Amino acid sequence: ERMEKVVGRARAAFNSGRSRSLQFRIQQLKALERMVQEKEKEILAALHADLHKGGPNAYSHEILGVLGELALVMEKLPSWAAPQPVKKNLMTMRDEAYINFEPLGVVLIIGAWNYPFVLVMQPLIGAIAAGNAVVVKPSEVSENTAKLVADLLPQYLDPELYPVVTGGVPETTELLTQRFDHILYTGNTAVGKIVMAAAAKHLTPVTLELGGKSPCYIDKDCDLAVACRRITWGKYMNCGQTCIAPDYILCDPSIQSQVVENIKATLQEFYGEDVKSSPDYERIVNKRHFRRVMGLLEGQKIAHGGESDEASCFIAPTILTDVSPDSKVMEEEIFGPVLPIVTVKSVEEAIDFINSREKPLALYVFSNNKKLIKRVISETSSGGVTGNDVIMHFFLSTLPFGGVGHSGMGAYHGKHSFETFSHRRACLIKDLKMESTNKIRYPPVSQKKV
Amino acid sequence: MERTQHVVARARAAFTSGRSRSLEFRIQQLKALERMVQEKEKQILAALHADLHKSGPNAYSHEILGVLGELALVMEKLPSWAAPQPVKKNLMTMRDEAYINFEPLGVVLIIGAWNYPFVLVMQPLIGAIAAGNAVVVKPSEVSENTAKLVADLLPQYLDQELYPVVTGGVPETTELLTQRFDHILYTGNSAVGKIVMAAAAKHLTPVTLELGGKSPCYIDKDCDLAVACRRITWGKYMNCGQTCIAPDYILCDPSIQSQVVENIKATLQEFYGEDVKSSPDYERIVNKRHFRRVMGLLEGQKIAHGGESDEASCFIAPTILTDVSPDSKVMEEEIFGPVLPIVTVKSVEEAIDFINSREKPLALYVFSNNKKLIRRVISETSSGGLTGNDVLMHSVVPGLPFGGVGNSGMGAYHGRYSFETFSHRRACLIKDLKMEVVNKLRYPPGSQEKVDL
Repeated sequence: ERMEKVVGRARAAFNSGRSRSLQFRIQQLKALERMVQEKEKEILAALHADLHKGGPNAYSHEILGVLGELALVMEKLPSWAAPQPVKKNLMTMRDEAYINFEPLGVVLIIGAWNYPFVLVMQPLIGAIAAGNAVVVKPSEVSENTAKLVADLLPQYLDPELYPVVTGGVPETTELLTQRFDHILYTGNTAVGKIVMAAAAKHLTPVTLELGGKSPCYIDKDCDLAVACRRITWGKYMNCGQTCIAPDYILCDPSIQSQVVENIKATLQEFYGEDVKSSPDYERIVNKRHFRRVMGLLEGQKIAHGGESDEASCFIAPTILTDVSPDSKVMEEEIFGPVLPIVTVKSVEEAIDFINSREKPLALYVFSNNKKLIKRVISETSSGGVTGNDVIMHFFLSTLPFGGVGHSGMGAYHGKHSFETFSHRRACLIKDLKMESTNKIRYPPVSQKKV
Repeated sequence: MERTQHVVARARAAFTSGRSRSLEFRIQQLKALERMVQEKEKQILAALHADLHKSGPNAYSHEILGVLGELALVMEKLPSWAAPQPVKKNLMTMRDEAYINFEPLGVVLIIGAWNYPFVLVMQPLIGAIAAGNAVVVKPSEVSENTAKLVADLLPQYLDQELYPVVTGGVPETTELLTQRFDHILYTGNSAVGKIVMAAAAKHLTPVTLELGGKSPCYIDKDCDLAVACRRITWGKYMNCGQTCIAPDYILCDPSIQSQVVENIKATLQEFYGEDVKSSPDYERIVNKRHFRRVMGLLEGQKIAHGGESDEASCFIAPTILTDVSPDSKVMEEEIFGPVLPIVTVKSVEEAIDFINSREKPLALYVFSNNKKLIRRVISETSSGGLTGNDVLMHSVVPGLPFGGVGNSGMGAYHGRYSFETFSHRRACLIKDLKMEVVNKLRYPPGSQEKVDL
């Protein structure tokens, strides 16, 4: 019943109305900003403890983005929150017609373990900006960050409006029986279905940021060295544990070995001779995932890497070649530093291959030929796309970030967060004059009037 | 039962063929729909009359006019709506193309309702076609004449594989809901809304739920009561009260209650004459089940006007109840009938508290000469939409989204909002392979210097 109490208190706090004024919201966001600046060391330490993330990496992947989002939201909030007048027609010329952006009430944010700080903070920023109370449930898998968030938030924010709930599956299941006005969940497809089913009981709208296998097509006509460097960066970042990492490569058999060589060279540039001792190379989050990823290597042709050390959850950057579409590594989202290459004879084959599978969260195409890139976009579907790079569509906050099909529903980031956590209320205010113009709508109606 | 599996699979194969995607094709289909509405107007009006005793002129203005307007708007605007939407770039993306691409979702399911059986199937269908999808249409079996007509007409005008109509009742709909869709738009009640969403969850299908609730109507003492009551009467008794955004009940000060009753009575006389039953403008309850449900709400109530009924013809006279207790049955569920309870409140604060102690309604109405008071009610309550000093009208302003919140629904549609509801907004960033030196900063080996930069 602890959950019931926490949520009940958040609802009472929301009903008090204090989260609604722009001043209050901005004050809370400013406090969050102070928290991130003052507790930077602690946040980086937690991320290092959870994922072996190096300070500079953690800063640029998690903290920089949060500070940027806070600055953007605090600047734009007054304009986002203002009533949005709509184009009027002949009937409404004298009236006020506008969309009012209103808080939904009590919102639940369920974070993920791979970018445990930003994946809780970025939705939280949007939910606070929209005037809601927010229950925050960080992932228990990234336990150090979860504990830190649970400690820090009450020190900086209104503790009744923005409580943190920690715990694992039993606690989350209990939490999901409570009634919320929106749930934003980041994680996997299977649990996404569970979250939506729980939400259905209360008619709670959901934003589900899920995953999938994000394909990466490399055209023959492209600067392979540059393409492979960019792919290497996005693939092995956070030890492959990135929801929009390029999951696997599709390319012509004739360039497969070049691709391998280029990636190997880049890995050397990035992590040096001994990857394990590079401070920039992360670890698999826990033993369970370690074993899961290692299991994907069975029966595969390892062109590079494959080394591992279970005690430290280390898996070396690995490339697999001539991978069969039916193998285990091509079934589920890899979420690890294993990069399969599947050969295809043409872009048509690549498109068919992509379309025969679930819609991914991201899709990548590398080519000097912009027409080809546009073609792939128009003949496939995915949450988002970056052409000639990876990951980067995530960092432009004017682009909505979200999935489609099994990779999710809804989107957020920047203004899209604000809208996700708001109700767009249609408002029409007339006056009681000019009643004669209404005569035409009243009975008795005759064909003449029509 | 595998028939639905077959129908959905055929729609999916048709969508996968790619033919629903070109703007020309979509506009061609919309033009065909427009032709259908114009050529078959008589049949459509006849079906609506058979289902709801809706008169020709009423049916035309409530269902056909809106559909023709939506078709014209969508056909005109589609090229601009469907065009990629460039987004504001930042320093890092200055050289790149960054835009939102609006793409079809795939196979969409539209489940209609029985109270405005034509427009509630057509308006979503228009949006879904405009967005490039295949669409499975499931009209409500309760309005059986319109359902049958839609099932007959659509294949005569539209691509039959892309836009099939599935008819049937609860078993057929349940079967349909086990199939996989890329979006479901359901119009109906909250209880079934939960069932639809639960079914959708199994496939991670996003949903738009247009549900209902009890839409409150607050009448301030400071207001032109005659005008207010005439507008309320119009919106309440239209379609025999069977309108999702009808003013469900009135909240007003006890001192004006009898004036309100008198004004409504006078308006009813204006509208329907002495003998309501013989007015061609007064509809009927859709079936016996709903007739009995609505009549049951009158038990123990103080009937200030009306109350007459005739089960054989599903006729219930326009009825007003006064001094209604907030705990009575008529104040529990959405009435969806020509029964108007008046609950007295001593102040606008009390009205606001009353409204907030209940589920968020689909619509909210406030009548007052005092615009400040209206704005206050808006800011201290929540509802899908709102009209001040009138009823229903926010639902016909083209630039306003139409949808609920909380128990009254999720998502919205109408006009451009339909197009967006049935589209995937795909974030696209296209860079080139040059300027690689700019990326050095992000690559390992990372160092504090890089970050400090």
